[in-house]
Amino acid sequence: MQDAITTNGFEVVYKKPATLTDTPFHYCPGCGHSVVHRVIMEVVEELGIQEQTIGVAPVGCSVFAYHYMDVDMQEAAHGRASAVATGIKRILPEKYVFSYQGDGDLAAIGTAETIHTVNRGENILMIFINNAIYGMTGGQMAPTTLLKQVTSTSPFGREHEVMGYPLKITDLLAQLPGAYYVTRQSVHSAIAVRRLKKAVIKSFEYQKLNHGTSFIEVVSNCPSGWKMTPVESNKWLEENMFPLYPLGDLKVPKDK
Amino acid sequence: MEQKNNGKTEPRLMKGNEALAEAAIRANIDAYFGYPITPQSEVLEYFTREMPNRHGIFLQAESELAAINMIYGGAGAGGRVMTSSSSPGISLMQEGISYIASAQLPCLIVNVNRGGPGLGTIQPSQGDYFQATKGGGHGDYHLIVLAPASVQEMADFVFDAIRLAEKYRNPAMILADGALGQMMEKVILPEEGSLPKPEHSWATVGKPSSRERNIITSLYIQPEKMEGINLELQEKYKKIQDEVRYEEISMEDAEIALVAFGLSARVCQKAVDLAREKGIRAGLIRPITLYPFPQKAISALAEKVNFFLVVEMNAGQMVEDVALAVNGKRPVHFKGRMGGMIPSPEDVVEEIEAIIEKISISQD
Repeated sequence: MQDAITTNGFEVVYKKPATLTDTPFHYCPGCGHSVVHRVIMEVVEELGIQEQTIGVAPVGCSVFAYHYMDVDMQEAAHGRASAVATGIKRILPEKYVFSYQGDGDLAAIGTAETIHTVNRGENILMIFINNAIYGMTGGQMAPTTLLKQVTSTSPFGREHEVMGYPLKITDLLAQLPGAYYVTRQSVHSAIAVRRLKKAVIKSFEYQKLNHGTSFIEVVSNCPSGWKMTPVESNKWLEENMFPLYPLGDLKVPKDK
Repeated sequence: MEQKNNGKTEPRLMKGNEALAEAAIRANIDAYFGYPITPQSEVLEYFTREMPNRHGIFLQAESELAAINMIYGGAGAGGRVMTSSSSPGISLMQEGISYIASAQLPCLIVNVNRGGPGLGTIQPSQGDYFQATKGGGHGDYHLIVLAPASVQEMADFVFDAIRLAEKYRNPAMILADGALGQMMEKVILPEEGSLPKPEHSWATVGKPSSRERNIITSLYIQPEKMEGINLELQEKYKKIQDEVRYEEISMEDAEIALVAFGLSARVCQKAVDLAREKGIRAGLIRPITLYPFPQKAISALAEKVNFFLVVEMNAGQMVEDVALAVNGKRPVHFKGRMGGMIPSPEDVVEEIEAIIEKISISQD
């Protein structure tokens, strides 16, 4: 189809990367997951590393990431993606390995694996989607849920006296010597998507250096879990999420 | 069944845990992931000392949870991988083992069984028989389980377990105990590099354009598909029954069959000698594979012997499988010690005599 369009005098300037399968995304309208999937696969295509890349999918809404990403992939148990990625990378140190997890997966049940993977400086890329809620199980409180935020297990809003505080795990990880590159990005606007893409490109390139872990938090939305329209959710994200989870680099390589 | 002993080296005096670790290096494992726990820490320490000068990756994980998931990742990436632990640590690994069994990944898991439940004791036990042979984690699955009874078998079964794991794409377990791990015996180690590595076309090593992507998963949302996966697993477990191994000692003319595995079998071997000195014709059948279980062999013995006495270092676990095999044809008795205690050969003979006494009273 695209070839036909080109021959009709049009130029293709934007298309689905060949590294994404033809399976339609199952994500809710407006959800950030599909954009992040696309950005990762776009980078894999542009860097020409499809044959050298192995991904690890989490448990959560993106449990079926391997339906869409056309690279070899493993599905990990809840919280264990970075341990699985460690196993892969130690066996295949020349390959590019990335893990993809949500906030419950990475910052609650998998906190120990997350911290120790980064502390060992595993030479992988860890992608962390923070939408402050458990999306797949129906909108329960996450470790990153904001104070006063209403979820199905904090129906009167998160109270720190009972439920503790939102966990800024990315800030914590940036303190670890094993972390080489730590950044917080978003996909709520075109410019944010382009910035995320730059961060993903850098992270894959850093894997060649073997200097430690690259960690990208993506502050994202959950229109269904937050019970908002996609547009409302992006506005809420800017007004409520960004003050606590400000975008930008938390740790950049010193030798760059 | 006979074990092949060709191409072995000179005998050495070694601890069970160290013989096992040395055998694993000689089996060319690509990686070991584990976490310290008594009474198996010598396995980790041996690898840490030896691997830098030889080959393979050693990584001490932050927990048994992480270790078993590194095994999942490493096995899925086509590596020959193993872990080892002891009872509480093996309990922590059960989630990962269930995933590994479902995703059909070959790996070696070693349980140097200690007394439980709970934190228990560091002394030897066979209390994890149920957990090892019936699945252990959630869902319908089995490990291939080998039970060594000597330091020699601690070494040999590493090769056997890896071979079976790779043949069937199934996790295999060596179920030892604290005594087998700690005791020193003469061992002739298998020859280094004598275990060829098969090609794993299913492994996630990076997708060339010539094939579809490989996916390692245990998630099949549609029940029809998940039932299909289960049927495939059950079909595999049927085939695995062909791998059953056991040893019979003095069973030719035996009227009484002792049934025991691992360290208990060592005790029972001595008990057979003591009983025979007293004119009691006892014999021993020792399951070497606990899964698959030598059901047919035990069932056949039910036609020959007067009764069975199952001896275990637990409250009575394998005895249930023996009773199923015997199927009511003969009485099945049980003698067990728990919490890290080991029965003595004299205890076993006393138990035999007590059973004979009861039979003769009831016949009077």
